[in-house]
Amino acid sequence: MNDDKTLGEHLRERGISRRGFMKFCAVTASMMAMPPSMIPAIAAALENARRPSVIWLSFQECTGCTESLTRSHAPTVESLIFDYISLDYHHTLQAAAGDHAEAAREAAMKENWGKYLLIVDGSIPAKDGGVYSTIAGVTNLQMLQEVAEGAAAIVSVGTCAAFGGLPKANPNPTGAASVSELIKGKPIINVPGCPPIPIAITGVLAQYLTMGALPELDHLGRPMAFYGQNIHDRCYRRPFYERGQFAETFDDEGARKGWCLFKLGCKGPTTYNACATAKWNDGTSFPIEAGHGCIGCSEPNFWDAGGFYNALSVPTGNTAKTILGAAAAAAAAGVVIGAVNKRNKNKAAAAHEPLTVDELNRE
Amino acid sequence: MSAEALLTWARGPAFDWALGIFVLGMLLRLFEVLSLGRSPDLAEGRGSGVQGGIRTILTRSLPRASVFAREPVRIINGYVFHIGFLLVLLFYGPHIELFQSKLGLGWPALPSGVIDGLGVITLLSLLLALVLRLTSPVLRYISTVSDYVAWAVTALPILTGYLAYNHLLLPYTNLLALHLLSIELLLLVAPFTKLTHMFSFVLSRWYQGYQAGHRGIES
Amino acid sequence: MSAPSVEKGIQFIREQIDAPVASFFSSCVHCGMCAEACLFYGQTGDPRYTPINKVEPMRRIWEREFTLWGRIKGLFGLSRKVTEKDFAEWETLVYDACSLCGRCSLVCPVGNDISGMIRKIREGFSAAGYAPEGLIGATTRAIEIGSPMGVKLPAVQAQIGHLKQDTGLEAPLDQAGAEYMVLLSSMEIMNFPEYMEAVARIMKQAGKTWTISSKAFEATNSGIQIGASDLARELVQRVVDAAEELGVKTVISPECGHAYTAIRWEGPNLIGRAYKFKVQHILEVLDEFRGQGLLKFEGKETAKMTFHDPCQLVRKGGVIKQPRTLLNLVADNFVEMTDHASMNWCCSGGGGVSANERADELKFKAFRQKKSQLDELQVDTLVTACANCRITLEEGLEEYEMDIPVVGLTEMLAEHLVEDKQEEQA
Repeated sequence: MNDDKTLGEHLRERGISRRGFMKFCAVTASMMAMPPSMIPAIAAALENARRPSVIWLSFQECTGCTESLTRSHAPTVESLIFDYISLDYHHTLQAAAGDHAEAAREAAMKENWGKYLLIVDGSIPAKDGGVYSTIAGVTNLQMLQEVAEGAAAIVSVGTCAAFGGLPKANPNPTGAASVSELIKGKPIINVPGCPPIPIAITGVLAQYLTMGALPELDHLGRPMAFYGQNIHDRCYRRPFYERGQFAETFDDEGARKGWCLFKLGCKGPTTYNACATAKWNDGTSFPIEAGHGCIGCSEPNFWDAGGFYNALSVPTGNTAKTILGAAAAAAAAGVVIGAVNKRNKNKAAAAHEPLTVDELNRE
Repeated sequence: MSAEALLTWARGPAFDWALGIFVLGMLLRLFEVLSLGRSPDLAEGRGSGVQGGIRTILTRSLPRASVFAREPVRIINGYVFHIGFLLVLLFYGPHIELFQSKLGLGWPALPSGVIDGLGVITLLSLLLALVLRLTSPVLRYISTVSDYVAWAVTALPILTGYLAYNHLLLPYTNLLALHLLSIELLLLVAPFTKLTHMFSFVLSRWYQGYQAGHRGIES
Repeated sequence: MSAPSVEKGIQFIREQIDAPVASFFSSCVHCGMCAEACLFYGQTGDPRYTPINKVEPMRRIWEREFTLWGRIKGLFGLSRKVTEKDFAEWETLVYDACSLCGRCSLVCPVGNDISGMIRKIREGFSAAGYAPEGLIGATTRAIEIGSPMGVKLPAVQAQIGHLKQDTGLEAPLDQAGAEYMVLLSSMEIMNFPEYMEAVARIMKQAGKTWTISSKAFEATNSGIQIGASDLARELVQRVVDAAEELGVKTVISPECGHAYTAIRWEGPNLIGRAYKFKVQHILEVLDEFRGQGLLKFEGKETAKMTFHDPCQLVRKGGVIKQPRTLLNLVADNFVEMTDHASMNWCCSGGGGVSANERADELKFKAFRQKKSQLDELQVDTLVTACANCRITLEEGLEEYEMDIPVVGLTEMLAEHLVEDKQEEQA
């Protein structure tokens, strides 16, 4: 497991040429919005990076984040870096099981206390003392707190870990919470998405390994390099939005012509992710290109954001019910007020004392 | 509250309440008006009150040449605002989607860039209307706080819509939330201001038109 | 509450608030167009004369008492009750600076009948004791004597006598079964006796029977000018009783503006039932006779002339085409004012303004609007069909040293009437 080779030696062993390695450094630099002058520094740092210990805790998750990460079509430098890190605990990828696995985790923690990177996927149930998800009899809540204490930094991979995700959706029976809701005082990087784009995960890791520091984060703790722009601004279908050409159903003329999916519920304008630029499956496509609107999966509470197929401009409540209810209330109040109005007018008419000439002349 | 949560709230309960109060307030005003009744005209008529009423509802939208000559800017500005506002409201794709989703009725949209331009024109006309209201002796004299409140709640949705469309000043999620909240403010406030005219103008034109039609006079 | 009081005034205004009034106040957007149509604002620049402002006390009563929002505002002290101070402040706006000409009603973009509301609000002002002296006097005389100018039956009989003497024409009094009953305005009896002669000649030529009632010869109705429906009703009832007693088919309203409004439109609503007779303005009658071929005219006036449209007759009365058809028959050089027919401007003396001496200065200022219309046209003669307009125009023209004679249309038509030769006296 523990190998004393540097990352540079590891990559050369795998057949990555110097040229390919430098190309990767350049791409990394541009992705992180770092100037080209930084490339030699990145190269030097990566070349000499020692294998850091990484503990990956999986809580209330579907394993989609791991699947996304490991389903690269061809080995990439990113995936090789991933191979390079000392992944000391990962439910899906580890060979050990049961007590052996837990023991390995505890050993890695002890050996690298204060220096290991903690990656979390899945939300943490916090209700009823956290009984809704346990590993080896330990609640997720407790395990997170214990492991986080000795971590140098935490990466919340996937929307569940970053914001609560699916388990947090209404009515949230398990009291699912995100990592940042539970852990304070530790640097946390949120890498949301359901699942996140592989390059977002590996890019963050690459930068952490290179710079030993957190990348620039937005107000939700997401790396600006991948989450700094919304889908709408980078969507290739934007000209159709501008021209007012929208698909009305999934198989109409507009849909076939690739028009804007706003009316079909696309949350592109309010979703910040790299899907429209980096795309999926090594740049093959992304949901909008495949004909389905963005569901906003990298945003908090996207499950409860009014429905995937309700356009952003459509209120989410039962408008017909609201109008009918208000109309009924208005009718009820109106009848009462109308009756009062009529009564007051009739009263005035009944109390009418005709004006006389004498009165007119009285001062 | 985070921007995302604010947006979800604005799209949800806030809209329902605002719309509810709008419907309640406007319908209540209708009851308040109609309950006062109108005594029938016992004088022998020359023509049809119904025809006069309907005709007046339509023709009052056009100005008289004599008055137009005195205040062309104010009158033209009134048209620019109303037409601009209605075009932006009714012919922007995402707005049409709202109506289609709730009423089951949709119609073609104008290019969104055109709507953007119309929004600017509408905002400018609102600005001019404010300047006129503040500088004309008649308007300054008869205007109340309510007039200025009505102006503000009408201007805000257009302004925030413009900012949202063009992604200016704040992240889009925040802008969209502000846009929806400004619309909710408009809905909430409208029944308590002169904005009741958006519905009651039909009644007022009808009533005078009916009498005019009955009497055979111009209206 | 038998003395005039503010409470009574407010009560009367309350009675006047109906669905149309409520819809008008709901729709007003303070656009100020009504001011642009108003004679008094236009010639003074005083924003208080903005028509919708004239009915502000009524709006406050409506909002406070007939809307939920207004009631709530009242509870929190966010609205003010109408007080005596408001009556005092608004009196000149409601009476001196408004001739009920109706131009504002015609131009309001949301269709508000503002002049109709001013007519209504006067009910409260007269009941509260805030009406002008001049109008109070005129109304008192109308009720007690039978004419706002104090004209009594002997004066009418004298004129009838003169007519017989000078022309041999009869003006029958109290003729039961006559087809037409003719009303006269005191102004005509006093200042324009040519009118009675004109009517007599026209009726004779047309072969129609007509009469004047000794009990109800007065056409004018001060009640509707001061805004006192109880008194207006009494005045109208006299005419209705006389007409129905005599069994006439049609009552003819003379060359007077508000008299037409009073008898034609307000009358049945004041007395609470339809008449058993028709009402027509003399010009309507003339045009009808012409159309039936009963009257022919000869000769044309060559002077350049224009027509001043009396507000109550044309804009508010609907007698728009007839004056023009008739005038074109006897005038070669008839030109319309730029703002003509329903858009013409008030003479400045209607709606009780001419009976209100306090309003004289304001009236002459407002007259400048008519002056500018005439200056534009440079006519030799001004024709009209209302005795009050005639007097007001004459006084205004004199004030501004303009030498333009004012003529009544009926009288002008009678002069051009082709009459059958007089039958030999038996």
